[in-house]
Amino acid sequence: MSTLQPGAPAARNLLDRVAADDADLDTATGHDAGGVRGEAPLPRRRFKRYFRETGWRHLVGIVITVFALFPLLYIVSASLNPGGTLLTANALFSNVSMESYVDLFRSSTHPYGAWFVNTLVIGLVTAAGTVILGALAAYSFSRMRFTGRRFGLTTLLVVQMFPQMLAMVAIFLLMVQISDIFPAIGLNTQIGLIMVYLGGALGVNTYLMYGFFNTVPSSIDEAAKIDGAGHARIFFTIILRLVAPILAVVGLLSFIGTSSEFVIASIILIDPDKQTLAVGLYKFISDEFSKNWSLFAAGAVLAAILPVALFLALQRYIVGGLTAGSVK
Amino acid sequence: MTTPTIDRETAAETIKSKRSRRAAKIAEAAGAGWKLLLFKVVALGIIDALALYAALVLFQSEQLIPAILLLAITGIANWVYFSRGNLPAKYLIPGLIFLLVFQIFVAGYTAYIAFTNYGTGHNSSKESAVNALMLSAQERVPDSPAYDVTIVEQLGEFSFLVTDPDGEIELGGVERPLQPVDNAEIEDGKAVSVPGYNTLRFADVVANQNVIAEMAVPLSDDPNDGALRTPDGSRAYVYLSNLEYDEAAGTMTDTRTGTVYTDIGTGAFTAPNGAELRPGWQINVGFDNFVRAFTEESIRAPFLAVLVWTFVFAFLSVFTCFALGLFLAIVFNDPRMKSKKYYRVIMILPYAFPGFLSALVWAGMMNQEFGFLNVVLFGGADIPWLTNEWLAKFSIILVNLWLGFPYMFLICTGALQSIPDDVQEAARVDGASAWQIFRNIKLPLLFVAVAPLLIASFAYNFNNFSLIYMLTGGGPRDVAADVNVGATDILITMVYKVAFVGSTADYGLASAFSIIIFLLVATISVIAFRRTKALEELN
Repeated sequence: MSTLQPGAPAARNLLDRVAADDADLDTATGHDAGGVRGEAPLPRRRFKRYFRETGWRHLVGIVITVFALFPLLYIVSASLNPGGTLLTANALFSNVSMESYVDLFRSSTHPYGAWFVNTLVIGLVTAAGTVILGALAAYSFSRMRFTGRRFGLTTLLVVQMFPQMLAMVAIFLLMVQISDIFPAIGLNTQIGLIMVYLGGALGVNTYLMYGFFNTVPSSIDEAAKIDGAGHARIFFTIILRLVAPILAVVGLLSFIGTSSEFVIASIILIDPDKQTLAVGLYKFISDEFSKNWSLFAAGAVLAAILPVALFLALQRYIVGGLTAGSVK
Repeated sequence: MTTPTIDRETAAETIKSKRSRRAAKIAEAAGAGWKLLLFKVVALGIIDALALYAALVLFQSEQLIPAILLLAITGIANWVYFSRGNLPAKYLIPGLIFLLVFQIFVAGYTAYIAFTNYGTGHNSSKESAVNALMLSAQERVPDSPAYDVTIVEQLGEFSFLVTDPDGEIELGGVERPLQPVDNAEIEDGKAVSVPGYNTLRFADVVANQNVIAEMAVPLSDDPNDGALRTPDGSRAYVYLSNLEYDEAAGTMTDTRTGTVYTDIGTGAFTAPNGAELRPGWQINVGFDNFVRAFTEESIRAPFLAVLVWTFVFAFLSVFTCFALGLFLAIVFNDPRMKSKKYYRVIMILPYAFPGFLSALVWAGMMNQEFGFLNVVLFGGADIPWLTNEWLAKFSIILVNLWLGFPYMFLICTGALQSIPDDVQEAARVDGASAWQIFRNIKLPLLFVAVAPLLIASFAYNFNNFSLIYMLTGGGPRDVAADVNVGATDILITMVYKVAFVGSTADYGLASAFSIIIFLLVATISVIAFRRTKALEELN
């Protein structure tokens, strides 16, 4: 569904380590660099040694940087080339103007503005719904012991092996039938699409949250219970605040995932005005591939800014260990 | 992952006396103030009202089972939220309802469709197929008497108010055969309006000319009696079908040629020579779709090719990304290396860039005539990156490498750093070379950490729809195949194309492919996860 690959709970731990490591290493490299400088008297040999130790690593780094960045630079350059086609886009940064970005919102056949708003609305509502539904479920799995709890957790694990994408035909036919009776939530409605997405709200998200909820000591709940707080108050005013980092992570993952989802969105949303960026941009570029390349490029850059920014912010959120200081 | 204290304490709690339970109840009551109660009542009130309305609409359109289910679920929800206990249910119900409808139900529904012939030409019941056939073969009876007709409308649906040549007045619509009415208003011997319906003015008739001309109002319940149609909105004539339906024998007879089409259980009326009348209807075909996938020559060959390529693609994409990610992780995981942070941020960018956009951007760069790769990088070469079968496959792996190596780099870096230093030091003291340390110590330890992620990544790439569909569209197309597939299609894009792309849709076959994909992915995942004992984490 998204560019993010699954296996999230374990990945979270690993990512934590990567991020924590960043901080440590800065100081460590400082010391090492000093040591190397002191040891090597001859500049030639120093370079040789430098190259053997870290220089070649930078060489690899430069190669990989070119590989990683080039397509991104290319698309940014293409977007700044007004009225450009696929062919004119090859002259990188030869022509810089914001015209394509303006034209993007003028086209009547391709309502880019509407796509953008739709994507934001569908993504935000789905993300909010996913966080709420997932947090409720995770709370009950983490804090309560009831018959069928283990079964419930296992079932979630099994159910998520059948991705919604596989059921595309059934989802489409179900929505067609819903439209016959309730056109407001059936085919070609955004509410319908959001409902379908929320069908996958449990599953992997519950797992992610469940693990995090478990790290919040239950002594906090008990203290609150003694003070006379009910379960609802404990959940909404205490727990939810303590697990805020994971809520942010799940919300962002869900937002990024839904906003680039293509299969189900393309089946359910039919009118161009109602489509999302993924569906709209694909149709736009598959109609006239090479002609409107700069327009497409501008659309792609705008569409990517938010996910990329969110993603970079998400890294920081993951590191936040809010629970550590909550028990006195 | 669970802190053991929770288990122990909840266990202790259950042993505690009634008193503490009562105390808990009081605390509960004190905690949940009147505001919360008010919120609860209002929210449930709105939901109940909506559910009741929906159930009524469902009853009206004769959807009894969904209506009863809806009422039952609403009833259970009310009971759960107004009763004292049932705490877990209170938290689980909202998510479960969506899960049940849009995940579990649709999964089951997919299985159901896989056993039907649902698709173009087979999308309704036998009854409506018979009606559609009769209508499509209608011709005006040469000496049909003229019926005076007035077009009336109710709730946006048109009906014919008919005064037949004998002066009898009847009302009927497309799916409602003519029925006598007695309270119509008559002008000059022609019924002009009837209570409860709006009579269309001439301008409205003109505005809806096409719809009205298309309408065929059956004379009676028996489709063989024919139907009324009006070319001008004021006079209607009897139209009779060239097909004659014999319900008892289950046959359709073409009165012009005399061909008898029989219902032989394939979901369509079939002539002795095998010709089928379309539309047919939906029937249960058992394992036919699965059998077709594996035996029917025109489907089997492309299906097996797609199946093999799906596995190759999923394996290669995991392998290449992991290899490059691990290599980079080792290169950059050196304490002497400066400014790692910047490389890391740069490498995260392809991963953060939305996948569908990356595929489209690469598709542009790899364009054979105008793309950057051919025109600039290869100096005007004419390399068919996306249109040659093998180059297209290579291109997909390459683009997927661009998309996926950052993720592998991140997890490998994390896993490498989690390997304690003293293990290495001990090995070094024992005289192991750097390569030996890596091969025999680091790599096995690394695999323990990343194996579940590799399996998950395999399962993800198995269904990596947007990469394939956006980059090559599954092409280049296999022209000989009966189903719409190309050389780079994987199973999931094949499902999409069979069901939604092109002029015909075969939902039954597409669903059968879905079920096959699920079985494959589930089997592989279960076996692999068993191996890595990832399931042990479940407590």
